[in-house]
Amino acid sequence: MTPDIVQMVLVTIVAAATPLMIAAIGELVAERAGVLNLGVEGMMVLGAAAGFAVAVETGSTLLGALAGAGAGLALSALFGILTVVLSANQVASGLAMTILGLGLSGLVGGSYVGLKREAAPHLDWPGLTDLPGIGRLLFGQDAFVYLAFALVAGVWWFLWRTRAGLTLRAIGDDHTATHALGLKVRKVRFLAVLFGGACAGLAGAYLSLAYTPFWAPAMTAGRGWIALALVVFASWRPLRVLAGAMLFGGATVLQLHAQAAGLGLPGQALSALPYLATILALVLLSLGRRHGGSLAPAALGRVFTPHR
Amino acid sequence: MRIDLTPRANRSALADALAPFLAFLAALLVGGIVVAAMGRSPAAAFATYFVAPLSEVWSLQEVALKAAPLALIATGLAFCFRANIWNIGAEGQFVVGGLCGGWIGVASHGAGGNTLWVLPLMLAVGTLAGMLYGLIPGLLKVRPGVSEILTSLMLVYVAELLLDYMARGPLRDPAGFNFPQSVTFDDAARLPYLMEGDSLHAGVAVALAAIVVATLVLGRTLFGFTVRVVGASPRAARFAGFSDARLTLAVFAVSGGAAGLAGICEVAGKIGQLQPSISPGYGFTAIIVAFLGRLSPAGILVAALVIALTTIGGEGAQIDLKLPLDLTRAFQGLLLALVLGADALSRYRVRLVPGATA
Repeated sequence: MTPDIVQMVLVTIVAAATPLMIAAIGELVAERAGVLNLGVEGMMVLGAAAGFAVAVETGSTLLGALAGAGAGLALSALFGILTVVLSANQVASGLAMTILGLGLSGLVGGSYVGLKREAAPHLDWPGLTDLPGIGRLLFGQDAFVYLAFALVAGVWWFLWRTRAGLTLRAIGDDHTATHALGLKVRKVRFLAVLFGGACAGLAGAYLSLAYTPFWAPAMTAGRGWIALALVVFASWRPLRVLAGAMLFGGATVLQLHAQAAGLGLPGQALSALPYLATILALVLLSLGRRHGGSLAPAALGRVFTPHR
Repeated sequence: MRIDLTPRANRSALADALAPFLAFLAALLVGGIVVAAMGRSPAAAFATYFVAPLSEVWSLQEVALKAAPLALIATGLAFCFRANIWNIGAEGQFVVGGLCGGWIGVASHGAGGNTLWVLPLMLAVGTLAGMLYGLIPGLLKVRPGVSEILTSLMLVYVAELLLDYMARGPLRDPAGFNFPQSVTFDDAARLPYLMEGDSLHAGVAVALAAIVVATLVLGRTLFGFTVRVVGASPRAARFAGFSDARLTLAVFAVSGGAAGLAGICEVAGKIGQLQPSISPGYGFTAIIVAFLGRLSPAGILVAALVIALTTIGGEGAQIDLKLPLDLTRAFQGLLLALVLGADALSRYRVRLVPGATA
């Protein structure tokens, strides 16, 4: 293989990894604060529909991306009211958001099925972008990709280098003790949920504005769930989200290439690959840390009700 | 402003029972506003959704046919959810049950002689297949400790792809003009109709029987007691010597089996052959039904009928009022969200404290 073919494959892997990275880094923040949001898939698909609709109406990819993030944010606000304010069950509320998001995305995107848009432009930096072997990979991506990497770096910095990040992690580990210390458990959790929702919506907008520049019903195809698995896979650590997303992106691309090459395997078996890989990764991970105990935030998924 | 939640000392049974109805009314209100915003008459929409399906015998039967798989799956799920086990892959267990049971229907096609064994075998194989498929996330949770939420869901996609492959490939009708579907089952492989000339098949009776059995098991047996104790207080259950692992496997077997049975009932009842897709999301809708029915079999029966009514009404609204089917799904998601919110209001006293910080 020539370096250029390797580069081409790597570019497609990065593209496949980007939505997973954005959605997973948002969910990681919410889970670090102690909230398990199973609504990621719904927020993502609603973000894809809203982002595409606004981009078509305004002609602006930027506005589309903002609308996608906003739609995810709005749905996560409802989730936050249920789980953080009203102490409703997080699992059931998250599922409700996924069902609601899928339905709403159909309503929002209904009249845009079949329309196409120009994909979000790729960076073109004369000289740098044309560098053989690495130019397209490093200097020729679209803005979403750079934003995704910046988000991961920013979340890492926030969680491990700032006092607010420390507070957030402490709240996710023991809400009772942090509450007793006077930290604002519910406020922090609500903000973390909103951040996660906005990221999920943005990840959806990436799908409909850059990855496949059209909207189709249920086009997220389980990527929101894979993002959730990715957080577990990354042991709730931001930089490992990066590595994990590349791995899952790789599985997706491999599957596509294998289908194109006609390996003699049924297409359905190859399509099942990313889901099976997810299960396998989770199993191997659990086996690997048999003795270390769970790395999850201790209060993850537990309802907090302040008593006074 | 701060919002305080104080657990209510003595919860009112009336408020508990009324909460889902209040949530339903609130969902109707929001739904009506959405319909009005789309430029249609909310009154006409309500009539199409909730009155029209109840006004004719055939549509009443359609409601019952839709409610049966929902009630059956949700009853199984109630065992899981009560024990704080989150099987959200019932859709996959439904598909695998329909596929494996349906396989018998394909294999026995055109077999001569005594065919009385075909239907019982189909039902047994379908139930067993759903059970085994449900046990995969159960086992992975018990042994290596993988979250059952993610594995059960990933297996839905795998099951759907497997069915798609089988219906287009090995099980396709060779004389079917290349249509991606299996042979039409013989009568011996079809669920009998409850009454001559009606569309109600025996699957409806199966669902009703399951609800009765589940009520007895939950209320009158040690297993049902264990499920309830573990759900209410996992620590107490551990002190009492109940095994987490065994219970996890048991509730996965129950819910997987119920979903598998629902799957083969749908295939042997309404559909009558294998197709690339056999479920309009019954496994996911059943999650709404389970919560709407407050995880009790009797409540689930009512909830399944209500959700089935909105689905049949939604199909009518799609034809009559050109309202998209997604409206029904959004409505159902909103309904679940509101039910969970209403639950909180019946469990806690909510006070707004202006000026204070959270």
